[in-house]
Amino acid sequence: MRHEDQAMTTPLLTSGVSGYLADRARWHPLEIAFWLLAIASIFVLPNKHLILTEIAVLALFALSLDLILGYSGIISLGHAAYFGFGGYVAGLLAKHGIITEPVLALVVSGLAASVLGFVTSFLVLRGSDLTRLMVTLGVSLVLREIANQIDWLTGGADGLQGVVMAPILGLFPFDIAGHTAYVYGLIVVFVLFLLARQIVSSPFGLSLRAVKDNPLRSSAIGISVNGRLVGIYTVAAGYAGIAGALLTQTTQFVSLDVFSVERSADVLLALVIGGTGYLYGGIIGAVIFKLMQDSIASLTPQYWQFWIGLLLVVIVLVGRERMANWSAPVRELFSRLGPRAARRVEATPASSQDGH
Amino acid sequence: MVRGTRWGAAKARMLTILFDGIAYGMLLFVLACGLAVTLGLMNFVNLAHGSFAMAGGYVTLILVNRQGVPFFAALPIAFLVSAALGAIFERALYQHVYAKSPLDQVLFTIGLVFMSVAAVDFVMGSQQQYIQLPAFLQGQVNLFGLNVGKYRLLIIAICGLLTIALQYILTYTRFGSRLRAAVDDPRVASGLGIHVNGIFAVTFAFGSGLAGLGGALGAEILGLDPTFPLKFMIYFLIVVTVGGTSSITGPFLASLVLGIGDVAGKYYVPKFGAFIIYTIMIVVLIWRPQGLFARGTAR
Repeated sequence: MRHEDQAMTTPLLTSGVSGYLADRARWHPLEIAFWLLAIASIFVLPNKHLILTEIAVLALFALSLDLILGYSGIISLGHAAYFGFGGYVAGLLAKHGIITEPVLALVVSGLAASVLGFVTSFLVLRGSDLTRLMVTLGVSLVLREIANQIDWLTGGADGLQGVVMAPILGLFPFDIAGHTAYVYGLIVVFVLFLLARQIVSSPFGLSLRAVKDNPLRSSAIGISVNGRLVGIYTVAAGYAGIAGALLTQTTQFVSLDVFSVERSADVLLALVIGGTGYLYGGIIGAVIFKLMQDSIASLTPQYWQFWIGLLLVVIVLVGRERMANWSAPVRELFSRLGPRAARRVEATPASSQDGH
Repeated sequence: MVRGTRWGAAKARMLTILFDGIAYGMLLFVLACGLAVTLGLMNFVNLAHGSFAMAGGYVTLILVNRQGVPFFAALPIAFLVSAALGAIFERALYQHVYAKSPLDQVLFTIGLVFMSVAAVDFVMGSQQQYIQLPAFLQGQVNLFGLNVGKYRLLIIAICGLLTIALQYILTYTRFGSRLRAAVDDPRVASGLGIHVNGIFAVTFAFGSGLAGLGGALGAEILGLDPTFPLKFMIYFLIVVTVGGTSSITGPFLASLVLGIGDVAGKYYVPKFGAFIIYTIMIVVLIWRPQGLFARGTAR
């Protein structure tokens, strides 16, 4: 009897989960509009391509942080470790002529950063949020110190100079106005966004959310908590590495600043402004953050940190949830948690299972 | 003969490093012990602790260099100003953030750090500044055949006395036992009629005051510029995480180890720089996430 019951419910459950996932994976018109707008920016704002490229880099970096913070709840104050590592790998590959073709170098830098992410991910599995905070911060500081010390390789405090990028795919050379760089950056962000979207709406992504909400319960229903965390941390580190490599390739320069605490804090802020856990938060946050930085910095260059600090304090005091309310309709539409999908969640009580 | 003197010189150098390390470590303890208590009591991650230390440093700088106030009169004022700042911020802002998630606490306190850095930069300028020490504190003094800096000796004396006083307050006074009860279990403590929030406010202000005093004393050794809170944030956090938050003995020992390790590391293996400190911290956190000197497991 029991076996038959299981045989009856399992396909139902499986189809329920896959239906739910398929529902969540469907493209919303607003999302399409969002990316059309991004494409339009190439043609509408041709003289803003330099700052737009910076936005693209920060957006990718924030997307990477969203994967670990928004989808698995790991607080990191040292995400710049992987950003910087990817940046230096890309710089060294180009400088020494090992891989001069940018796309391939980007992939290699991302892989290198994800290897680093995999190795260090075991450090963030243990302990409380404070411990994780300290360990991530410590990792980025150690890397910065290493990059500072091995100046024969990295150029130390002066930064890595003499990075020259070959044309992309051998066809499109980088230009001084940054047109190629922006189109290139935008394509990279879009491709990686598609991949991230695929990841978070897969059974793996669903189980991540279960881990974030309640690690104890999710391990009780058979999810390997540590395995999931290591997995997503590795992926996120790769993303951060690619973001760093993108910065190096588009600016043809990399310095110790890529490892700084401020950079880790900046990306956290960008993500918090945009909102965590729906992928677009990092991108929207990056746009707002950079525009704000640009406009405030043009008024008071060295004191813009004050306003960013004030913003952080206000965001927390007002409450991130309440702040998120203004973006709630947008989030609702973006995350496609429409009434139909919500009903399905209720219908499948064990929806956080692994899909088998 | 030659070997003997060389060995003697090496030994003297080692003792000097040890002495400097102890002074540095004690300074770190005075700077960070307030943070240990706030973290243990409320589980609150106050990354802006260094900002209160910086406030004390700059108050002393203004009083001594610009107003001509004697150095020893400026120190208590630095303590009081920082303590008052701590009390105001605690009542006005911090208390609204205790119940929030660690992420919110981090964002909030990082925001305060950024604001303080930019504000001090605006008012005082971004360059490193030094407090003019009275002449009798400069130079060295011969102590048991060892040449030691007078100022470092003063730091060890003041910080040593403070540590003893703190330990006394915690162990023997009524306030101390209430505080320990609140750290061990805030819920039970408040159930017994202990006013945990009040204790916390007092402790926060006192800890900020101590940080301010540490900032004033340490300006000579640590340097004083607007990025102070960011630069030393990691050091304070190391003291707290390595030392644990269940007593002040843990942070005290951690401060000494950190101080001696840092001074010795910079002297003997300058190529590795701060690398050793960070690595040790990571190893300790992995090995004992509750801190090296913590007793039992935390809640």
